[in-house]
Amino acid sequence: MAVVTGDSRGLRLAVRYLVLALVGTIFLFPLIFMVMSSFKPTAQLLSDTSSLRAFLPVGDISLDNYFAAFRRAPIGLFVFNSVFITVVTVVASLFLCSLAAFSFVYMNWKGSGLLLSIMLATLIIPFETIAIPLLLFVSRLPWIGLDGLEFGWLNTYRVQIIPWIADALTVFLFVQYFKDLPRELIEAARVEGATWWQIYRRVVMPLAGPVIATAAILKSLKMYNEQYLWPLIVVQDEAHRPIMVGLGYFFQLNVVWGEVMAYLSLITVPVLAFYLILQRAFIASIASTGVKG
Amino acid sequence: MNRLAVLAGTILVGLAGPAAAQTELTMWYHGAGNEVESKLINQIIDDFNASQDDWSVSIESFPQGAYNDSVVAAALAGNLPDILDVDGPVMPNWAWAGYLQPLPIDESLIAEYLPGTKGYWDGKLYSVGLWDAAVAMVTLKSTLEKYDIRTPTLDEPWTAEELGAALATLKDSGDFDYPLDLGMAWTGEWYPYAFSPLLQSFGGDIVDRDTYASAEGKLNGDEAIAFGEWWQSLFEDGMAPGTSQDPADRDNGFNEGKYAISWNGNWAAAGMLEVYGDDLLFLPAPDLGNGPKIGAASWQFGVSAASEHPEGAAAFIEFALQDKYLAAFSDGIGLIPATPGAAAMTENYKEGGPLAVFFELSKQQAVLRPVSPGYVVQAKVFEKAMADIANGADVADTLDAAVDEIDSDIEKNQGYGH
Repeated sequence: MAVVTGDSRGLRLAVRYLVLALVGTIFLFPLIFMVMSSFKPTAQLLSDTSSLRAFLPVGDISLDNYFAAFRRAPIGLFVFNSVFITVVTVVASLFLCSLAAFSFVYMNWKGSGLLLSIMLATLIIPFETIAIPLLLFVSRLPWIGLDGLEFGWLNTYRVQIIPWIADALTVFLFVQYFKDLPRELIEAARVEGATWWQIYRRVVMPLAGPVIATAAILKSLKMYNEQYLWPLIVVQDEAHRPIMVGLGYFFQLNVVWGEVMAYLSLITVPVLAFYLILQRAFIASIASTGVKG
Repeated sequence: MNRLAVLAGTILVGLAGPAAAQTELTMWYHGAGNEVESKLINQIIDDFNASQDDWSVSIESFPQGAYNDSVVAAALAGNLPDILDVDGPVMPNWAWAGYLQPLPIDESLIAEYLPGTKGYWDGKLYSVGLWDAAVAMVTLKSTLEKYDIRTPTLDEPWTAEELGAALATLKDSGDFDYPLDLGMAWTGEWYPYAFSPLLQSFGGDIVDRDTYASAEGKLNGDEAIAFGEWWQSLFEDGMAPGTSQDPADRDNGFNEGKYAISWNGNWAAAGMLEVYGDDLLFLPAPDLGNGPKIGAASWQFGVSAASEHPEGAAAFIEFALQDKYLAAFSDGIGLIPATPGAAAMTENYKEGGPLAVFFELSKQQAVLRPVSPGYVVQAKVFEKAMADIANGADVADTLDAAVDEIDSDIEKNQGYGH
């Protein structure tokens, strides 16, 4: 039997931390490069890429790229649009998808299993294949707003929110979680005369904290980071553009890379803040789903 | 009495109001994020709106990279504006697809315009541009003098042999990473825009322009194969960096002395002038056997097929065609003004100006990319073939495959209306 001394334990711990620090540094490099580059003029930024200077705040450092980025694009508007679209979509999605999952798991209606299977099968359909039919559909949909009845959803927030509220992955996450909750709780509530809504509202959802966090995080990252093609084809006015379409403002004939990095740094702030606040839930969500955001 | 007068006045104003109101025209533009360009186009719009009482133009700008997709999506959704700007080589596709209608302007206004600024499809004018772009071989006087290389002129450009000898001399000097930078890092439209004229100078082409029905014999004929072998040799012999070129080197390599000659556009000239000043030289394209050629056509204005007010849209475009606006755009964003009169008003393109040579290059050497709706597909096929050959693929096989792909696309689209 090997004897583990305090020295060898310390050494193993040191090696482990060294490896973790190295891996952590590799993952941090792109972020550090982005932030450091955002303070440099383009010529220096490009010449620094061939050395470690790329990751250091050295040379001609200033906030000029940030000032120029704000002149080039309405960054505040784009960030607001993306945050607004993300928050509304996520809240609505959590509510409606959890309701759907509740129905699939507990209400035992005829055909629910088949419908769930069909819905899950939609996960394999890439969005690109339905983008054009969906565009044609939303461009003719009616809406009753402040100006009365109108047709066409283009150039609105709703066209960037409503098609994304219901999604099979979020329903699936809730279904899996609800299936693991003790059935006795539901049956007891039914015996006590609780309605389905009361069971959903007072029994199931208060126990669903972990899956709510998981679904919210995955959905938020998708809505904030990946919304490009859809807004590109359904939003033609600047007032409703999200951050990813806004990135295009920085790609002119001669790209000013410092400004690109400044823009990317700015739009990363809400994501970093979101991550720092929900760090534990974020890690738990990845561990529980095996899905990287 | 007073009340009656107020009521009568209100009715009169109400009646007169609609008659005097300007009809609103919408316009889409690709320049979102370009401060200078936005300021210039907004100035033209403000001037136009103030100049008459019939029309009022409002603009929506898009990021350039997203513009074409946005227009195509809007056309599908029936949401096009009155006035569109369109990239010259894409115009035939949009006209053929029914996104544009013929441009009802007085064509005598554009008689003196550079050929690359006029967009004709099926015998009709669909678009017109305020500027053009051109490509040149950019180098330094001091470099040519140091290595005793003849300075080519528009009348006497380098031959293929002279170009080869110059590149060999520059390579043998060991002073440069590569003697020639073709810009292989700039993927996309740069490839057909910058490289298909070299193919044309060999005598080949992307497609047979007599019929636009096939690329057979043009993209895989003897001349095209000779071009392909020459093209491949540039990379195999270490004359030019290939597809793995660092984009940073493309942007900055010439200014850092890594390359002796850069095949580059006039839009990059201002930055080079800042670095090298009077030592900078813009050389004409070489004559590779069938005359020197460069690409042509940049962004142009047209009227969307959905516009219910083509006469208003055309009135705006005619208004924008004034030399003062052409000159302002050129001074602002560095592109070549469409007319000699406007060129004379600019800092860079007036006689003796640092970029004046580009006006002549555009006038004398420019060749439009294939004027066909199928060009948008052909451009991508050509780009892939050029990259594959640069990476060592068999020249004849690659060009044959490209021809098959282009011909198949033309057939699928029933000849694209030619």
